[in-house]
Amino acid sequence: MSPKKITTADHEIVCQEGESVLDALLREHIDIPYSCKEGACQSCMIRSTDGAPPTNAQKGLKDVLKHQNYFLACLCIPHEDMHVSIGDSPVTFTDGTVTGKELLNPETLLLTIEFDEPLDFYAGQFVNLKRADGLIRSYSIANNRVHAHKLTFHIRRLAGGRFSEWAHQELAVGDKIAVSDPQGLCYYLPNDLEQNMLLVGTGSGLAPLAGIIEEALHHGHRGEIHLYHGSREVDGLYWIDEMRQLAKAHPNFHYTPCVSRGDAPAGITQGRANEVALAALPSLKEWRVYLCGHPEMVNQTKRKAFLKGASFQNIYSDAFHVASSTLE
Amino acid sequence: MSATATTLYEQLGGEAAVNAAVDIFYRKVLDDHRINRFFDHTDMEKQAAKQKAFLTMAFGGPNNYSGADMRRGHAHLVKMGLDDSHFDAVMEHLTGTLRELNVPQNLIDQVAAIAESTRTDVLGR
Ligand code: FES
Repeated sequence: MSPKKITTADHEIVCQEGESVLDALLREHIDIPYSCKEGACQSCMIRSTDGAPPTNAQKGLKDVLKHQNYFLACLCIPHEDMHVSIGDSPVTFTDGTVTGKELLNPETLLLTIEFDEPLDFYAGQFVNLKRADGLIRSYSIANNRVHAHKLTFHIRRLAGGRFSEWAHQELAVGDKIAVSDPQGLCYYLPNDLEQNMLLVGTGSGLAPLAGIIEEALHHGHRGEIHLYHGSREVDGLYWIDEMRQLAKAHPNFHYTPCVSRGDAPAGITQGRANEVALAALPSLKEWRVYLCGHPEMVNQTKRKAFLKGASFQNIYSDAFHVASSTLE
Repeated sequence: MSATATTLYEQLGGEAAVNAAVDIFYRKVLDDHRINRFFDHTDMEKQAAKQKAFLTMAFGGPNNYSGADMRRGHAHLVKMGLDDSHFDAVMEHLTGTLRELNVPQNLIDQVAAIAESTRTDVLGR
């Protein structure tokens, strides 16, 4: 095999015969984190931007990472020239038009934005919405990929939240708004239709989960799908009827709305969604787990799901979902 | 390197062994009330990746272990009161994990010795 060219955002280097991409980058003093050089620590993970990397360089990576062409530089002996991106790649924006505004509950807005060109996204990913003055916030996509020209979001109004307040009050149907490329790794891939799934969300964390569930059902997912949606009070819940109907139509989909404060009305479970879920499910071994909402809930539940048998490979949550409920 | 030389890392089973060990090890650590509070605010997925790097190192695999990083990485835990007793508990789970994986005692001893060598850095002394 002859030497291969590796192109990064600002360098072009040559990978010698039999040399790993990591060694080539380090030889050229390009800054890239690494530790074990053995494919174990995953600290040298980078992304191929022009097609699939050699499969053995993706050993042990989460399905969504493989799917987005991430690979371990220390394991990668290139077969051909490669373009790679190290660290975060720059985000591009496309203009969409607001076509719908509707309240889901007193504090949550269902916002619909449509685009001329179809978008490539996966339900559960998020985008950044940018106001004309440059103010940016991240929101999860709430619909599935079947509607490629359209994105929907659940925007919870937060006290003093500059963006959410503006979206609720001033943003109007017909307005243009800049929307970033879809991002994030909390989404569904139809690679194991038999796998059981647990989804736990609080507040507007239902948005990505509902999209993921729709996507899974659309692919004919056969494993059990358990959704626990929680809020402090019943007022903070929404789509209760929609989710109940979905559960009626799909016997493998189970929905449990929860309220953590006060007495729960009939049909609603009293307790924190994550605690109710973990108490109800005996083991999460081989399960896929999706978590969105309050940061502490996400962190705690990750740990508990792991102790109940789920592997970290199968637990999905984006850091942004964690940040979004505290920072606005 | 001669053709017959095998590292401890290879003898233990390389990457697959590290993966199996991280899983068992973390279940032990997070179940242990003496030490699990130190992980209350940690992102466990990132932590597991770091732990893989550490075990690769402890298994004698290639690594760029740096005492300075270890110090920096544990400084906030030292502030929370991390001391020898906690380090001992972690060592106990590490050796327990290897025993569970049926690793021969002489290899466990080697791993323990490598891990032990990080004690002063981890405890910031
Ligand atoms: S350096 Fe550890 S996986 Fe590449």
